[in-house]
Amino acid sequence: MGKKAQSDGEMLKGTLDMMVLRTLVTGDAHGHTIAKVIERSSEDVLEVEQGSLYPALHRLEDRGWVSSYWGASENNRKAKFYRLTPAGKKQLVRETNRWRQMARAIALVMGEKVPVKGGTE
Amino acid sequence: MNLRRFFHRWRADAELLQEIDTYLTEEIAENMARGMSPEEARRQAHLKFGNPQRVRESLWQQNTITTIDTLWRELKYAVRTLARTPGFAAIAILVMALGIGGNVALFTVVRSVLLKPLPYRDADRLFALYEHNANSPDSYSFLPVDAGSFWEWQRATQSTAEMAMLSPWQDYSVSADGGKLPEKISAGWCSWNFFPTLGITPALGRSFTSDDDRPQAMETAVLTYSFWKRRYSGDPEIVGKIIFLDARPYTVVGVLPASFTFSSAFGGSKIQVWTPVQREAPHALLTTYEDHEFLVLARLRKGATLPRLVDQLNAIQAQIQATHPDPAVKGAVIGRTMLDDVVYSYKTSLYALLAATGCVLLIACMNVAGLLVARSAARSKDLAIRAALGGSRLRLLRERLVESLILSAAGGALGLLLAWIALGWLVHVRGDMNRVEAIHIDGTVAAFTVGVIALCALFSGLVSALSSNGTHVMVALQESSRSHSGGTARARLRKVLLVLEVGLTVVLLVGAGLLLKSYQRLRSTDIGVPEENVLTMRFSLPEVRYKEPVQQVAFFEQLIGLVRAVPGVQAAGLVSTPPGEGWNGDRMMQVVEHPPLPKREVPDVMVRGAEPGYFSAIQIPLLRGRIFTLDERLQRANVAVISRSAAQILFPGEDPIGRHLRSEEGGDVHEVVGIVGDTRWDVAQPIRPTLYWPIYGNHGTAATIVIRSTHDVESLASPVQRVISQLDPDLPVSDVTTLREAIGKSTIDSEFSSIVVVAFSVIALALAAAGLYGVLAYLITQRTNEIGVRIALGAQREQLLRLMLVDGLKPALFGLALGLMASAGTARLIRSMLYETRPLDPAVFCSVVVALLLVAMLACIVPAWRASRLDPAQALRSE
Repeated sequence: MGKKAQSDGEMLKGTLDMMVLRTLVTGDAHGHTIAKVIERSSEDVLEVEQGSLYPALHRLEDRGWVSSYWGASENNRKAKFYRLTPAGKKQLVRETNRWRQMARAIALVMGEKVPVKGGTE
Repeated sequence: MNLRRFFHRWRADAELLQEIDTYLTEEIAENMARGMSPEEARRQAHLKFGNPQRVRESLWQQNTITTIDTLWRELKYAVRTLARTPGFAAIAILVMALGIGGNVALFTVVRSVLLKPLPYRDADRLFALYEHNANSPDSYSFLPVDAGSFWEWQRATQSTAEMAMLSPWQDYSVSADGGKLPEKISAGWCSWNFFPTLGITPALGRSFTSDDDRPQAMETAVLTYSFWKRRYSGDPEIVGKIIFLDARPYTVVGVLPASFTFSSAFGGSKIQVWTPVQREAPHALLTTYEDHEFLVLARLRKGATLPRLVDQLNAIQAQIQATHPDPAVKGAVIGRTMLDDVVYSYKTSLYALLAATGCVLLIACMNVAGLLVARSAARSKDLAIRAALGGSRLRLLRERLVESLILSAAGGALGLLLAWIALGWLVHVRGDMNRVEAIHIDGTVAAFTVGVIALCALFSGLVSALSSNGTHVMVALQESSRSHSGGTARARLRKVLLVLEVGLTVVLLVGAGLLLKSYQRLRSTDIGVPEENVLTMRFSLPEVRYKEPVQQVAFFEQLIGLVRAVPGVQAAGLVSTPPGEGWNGDRMMQVVEHPPLPKREVPDVMVRGAEPGYFSAIQIPLLRGRIFTLDERLQRANVAVISRSAAQILFPGEDPIGRHLRSEEGGDVHEVVGIVGDTRWDVAQPIRPTLYWPIYGNHGTAATIVIRSTHDVESLASPVQRVISQLDPDLPVSDVTTLREAIGKSTIDSEFSSIVVVAFSVIALALAAAGLYGVLAYLITQRTNEIGVRIALGAQREQLLRLMLVDGLKPALFGLALGLMASAGTARLIRSMLYETRPLDPAVFCSVVVALLLVAMLACIVPAWRASRLDPAQALRSE
């Protein structure tokens, strides 16, 4: 929850969609879980802004990359679960590839040896 | 997808609220699990989530299509502004409705009648062929074809075209049967390949075969759908049954489909029964080269063209003329598409009417544009403030367009309704028009309406938007009542619009004036006899039952005696065809006492069979000699009475009484015993020389009863018909009409066009007057202050009145000049619609000038007078 560390927490444009899709690979989840998983897996470097998470989820659903259904959350609340669709899986592969290329290019420019390893510096 | 999302924004928002709620619960639970107190857990969760309102807004925006959203807002705004001035809105909508309605109606008619293909297979390959009557005015150069030529054409062109022949002006008496009254029906003779050529297959049974189309074949008939439904109640077993036509048995071989219609430049739309021509027509008619009795239709084969076919036929026809040197044999062929043939006589008038409605629409648009300009002038400060606050120019322009779009759309909807009503009326009054049954409002018409609405909206919206100079915000804001620079610029635009409006109005008025004058000329044409209180009805004696001339004459004589005895009948007579009711027969006549003329110069005269009482009944004056007597009948019927013009043409400078005339066709000789006044066979056509011979003899089987009464002659129709049915219950009577109605029918096209154009031009005049009034009134409000100063400084009221009047009348005068010049051009285009009226008729032009000036004066005098009566103190205080 490094709220003050602004530039660290800000996500690169377009990467939120990819990460949301990636999160859903392991199984269906609702908004809270998705945000938590992203934060945890980034060792709390990335902070998911709710203001963009929910619009992003609706957008992904619109494009047919995720589908949704209503279920019960861990605390037995009515929650909207999202599931990765086959089209979403393809999209994820596409975006991952693009991301790897990009990360590698940036790494090369920055004069690092590391061939491919994502993340913010 | 996007639209769906757009319209489901509410649902997405509700779902989001639920999701936010879930998020917060989960987060709170988690925080509590970490050991926070419930309040702290809640606080932290809310802190982490941030403002839920922002999340909702951003999703809402994501789901919104901006243009639709703003458009919707502008629409609401425009409706609200218009609702604030309901008077303006109502006038603008009404004006638009008239313009759009008229255009939609006329477009529908033009499309349905003139443009839509005929309901036949590959109708664009169907052509009507005629012999070319070279030395006749335009509409009479298409001469029907003689059978002799037709056979030669058909033989020679088998590889390029399929040719069919027909004669649409036949009729039969259907005998009374199955409790139905006898009736006379229109019929057509056709060659057996007529229906296959059109591409029509009967709904029941078959069409004719070449075996039916032989002189010695059994009598066969094909019925139209409506006749089958009406007369035989749609009897499904009709095929193979016998019906009696002219008292002869005919086998019904087929029934045509309901969709089948036929019409031509020479009629045919009322045909109810078709019969094979070679079975029905007399042998002489089927072999002659001189009697032009048939229409020819050709379906071109693939690759053939009309000019090539006509070339081919021209060669044949020239050959025919060379071998048959007779003035009736023509040497050339002329063709047109079948569609052209059907609608030929309506083309000019329908296009002229469409043009007239186009003018009205333009005027309507300009008027609405003018009103919008005035409104935007009144709102100029409001607009300037908005521009100053950062309202983009585009946005303001769009607002204006939306406003005019609403006006046009409402006008269009109302206009469509008006068009629908107008079309109903048109179909009702113009039953005579070919293809009138094809008039329908359909998808294309709807699309046309939408297009017209869009155009009107764009036109009036753009004009008003461009007139407001949004760039000069400061000027507008500073424009106090002391300066009026912006106001005059706007007035200038309105004046230009007015000049155009007045110009178009003048064009319409001139057109209307010409058509009206022509129609009046037509109606005041003297057909040679008094038209009032004359009733006519036709019948014809079936030759099977009235074979001998003696029988025919006996029937005629008995009948007319009984008719004369009917109470209320002042006088009655028999004639083959009365004046104003059609051509019906002409002969070439030689004077026996003169040296024989070469065939080419023999005069052609109309021939009528008449009964001695006819002349006094219809009141054709006897000029010299006598009328033939009752006993000049049968063998002694070789006498004749000729009309004044016939006397002048046949016997120039000599006394015709006692001379003899020989008919070129029959060779029979008639002695001239008297001269009577001239009559017209068609009210719109010049007088033709006419010869009358006794109908008691001379092969008369068809006759028209002419009844004159002092009043209410229509009421005599049923007693007279009763008399006929007592005499012969199986004899149908047709065309029961008054002479006035019959003449009215032949002038209906002229009547219709002139009424419609006059109505449109009156609307245009009213709109132009309203425009003039509006501009001047607006100008004067703008100049109240100035006028006040002038009065205070001692300007005379009359002087002011004149000043204002001139200012207002200037656009009217410019428009008048422009309109007169344009009319000189357009009037020529409707020349063919005019009867005895020149396109540049000075009387019409003068009355248009006077009428327009008067109306313009009236429109201007009120605001000008008001300006001159201003109280200077009040005017100056009005700051």
